[in-house]
Amino acid sequence: MAGYLLRRFFQAVLILLGVSFITFVLLYVLPADPVRQIAGRAATAQTVENIREQLGLDQPFLVQYGRYLAGLIQGDMGRSYLQKTEVAALIASRLPATLLLMAGGIVCELLIGLTFGVIAAIYRGRPLDQGLMVTSFIAVSAPQFVVGLLLLYVFAVQLGWFPIGGYGTFAHLVLPAVTLGIMGSGWYSRMMRSSMIEVLRQDYIRTARAKGLTRARILSRHALPNAILPIIAMIGIDIGIFMGGLVVVESVFGWPGIGQLAWQAIQRVDIPIIMGVTMVSATAIVLGNLLADVITPFIDPRIKMR
Amino acid sequence: MVNVAVVPVSPAGVWRRLLRRKLALFGFAIIFMVVGGAIFAPWLVRYSPNDQLFNGLTLQGAPMPPGADFLMGTDLLGRDLFSRILYGARTSLIIGVVANGVALIIGTLIGLTAGFLRGWIGSVLMRFTDLMMAFPALLLAICLAAIFQPSLWIVAMVIASVNWVQTARVVYTETTSLSEREFIAAERTLGASQSRILFRHILPHLVPTLIVWGTLGISVTVLLEATLSFLGVGVQPPTPSWGNIIFENQTYFQAAPWLVFIPGAAILLLALAFNLVGDALRDVLDPTQRGYD
Repeated sequence: MAGYLLRRFFQAVLILLGVSFITFVLLYVLPADPVRQIAGRAATAQTVENIREQLGLDQPFLVQYGRYLAGLIQGDMGRSYLQKTEVAALIASRLPATLLLMAGGIVCELLIGLTFGVIAAIYRGRPLDQGLMVTSFIAVSAPQFVVGLLLLYVFAVQLGWFPIGGYGTFAHLVLPAVTLGIMGSGWYSRMMRSSMIEVLRQDYIRTARAKGLTRARILSRHALPNAILPIIAMIGIDIGIFMGGLVVVESVFGWPGIGQLAWQAIQRVDIPIIMGVTMVSATAIVLGNLLADVITPFIDPRIKMR
Repeated sequence: MVNVAVVPVSPAGVWRRLLRRKLALFGFAIIFMVVGGAIFAPWLVRYSPNDQLFNGLTLQGAPMPPGADFLMGTDLLGRDLFSRILYGARTSLIIGVVANGVALIIGTLIGLTAGFLRGWIGSVLMRFTDLMMAFPALLLAICLAAIFQPSLWIVAMVIASVNWVQTARVVYTETTSLSEREFIAAERTLGASQSRILFRHILPHLVPTLIVWGTLGISVTVLLEATLSFLGVGVQPPTPSWGNIIFENQTYFQAAPWLVFIPGAAILLLALAFNLVGDALRDVLDPTQRGYD
């Protein structure tokens, strides 16, 4: 157990190291020169050279990467080229909004997905099941920005139930969270349906039925808890899928999270921020996967750790 | 030589079973329509996609809503939306097929090599795949697209470079489990060469998986292209793409919602079509999945 955890932890660190290296290489070979961006068009060659030296960008690649890693280990992600603020502080200031949005997205996708999945499994093969499965296909095929704009148009512009964008109250959270959750709800309803169907044909369900238990009791006490187990582990993996969607959803709704931060940084070639957000996202993905693997044997003892 | 483990699937049988499914038929119908629209676009439209028509805007300078003259209305610059949608289908399909094809080839090569050779080469390749899994794919794609000046082909390559990962993992898993089957061991004892085992025995068994993943992958690719173009780092205007039509017009979407929702519906329908066909293919080609649907 301890050995397994240690090995997984070590793997996670190696993966993050690899991610940092590849991102650094990509940004290093960037044709756009960040120094030119900072210095402005009117800057003399001398000023440009000074800035380059100041930022350490005149150093060889490996020295730059080494310096970055050394900082990263101490929690220092460098300073933004344009805002002069520390990247770690910038990300920390945006993180609560993003975490809130992600939590909202997870609640939405589970609520919609699990409910639809259970209903579909109960009515397996009937029109309701088929209708729900078509809906789930539409959910996974809908581009998030279209869903977001559609929700905005209907519920904010036409009906006026929710604000058009921004951040602050619960009402601000609803539309972005639903937008983020819809794609996942499609996957969850399909997985929940298969899982539920699998459970419903087990012997212990037949036994429960033979004992004369009511249908509602069989479903809620015997089938549902067992069917949900394999689904829980997926939440960890979801985090990775969410990280991409955040850029889109935050930009549609003007949500002040790290997705927006990254998007603005990419447009302005603010490399330390891009680097920082990539590392934070990759850490979240790796942790999510790790959590999924570690949690599964605990909630479902039938699955053994390898 | 008899391969007991093989489930015989003839192409004709697959077609027959596929066409019996209503949803798959619906998917095929949409794909057929989009492909037809893309190919015959020049004969189907009244106006060229990039012409700013003098009668394409109202007197106040607002875009025209859908009507008799302009089937889907006009955009902010007074261009015919119907024409841009049909030409945009070309962009989506080219990127869908090319990017996904390249991703499928990369994924198959990596997964097959890692699963067949194992050893240190296999483990290096799979660790690299794990590493790519940890990358926030969309963020990476946005970065890459912003770094290079995005043309149609560069966008396709960017998408391919982040989308091969899933295929590699699936192919890897299948190859390793196939290599352990008796008929491969039997081939080995009969003295078959590595390349014979690989190309005559393992690769043909992967074909159903590749068909399914290839079809579902087009849907992922179409969505990714639309997202990149929506953010303005994908296919660049004036080349129409369903994503960049929304990008160009979204500031005006409250007044002219058709400019966002018609291309949006087009993206959704095409992605949906490939998902439906891919799912039906999985049911038909993979007997272990049967009984769940």
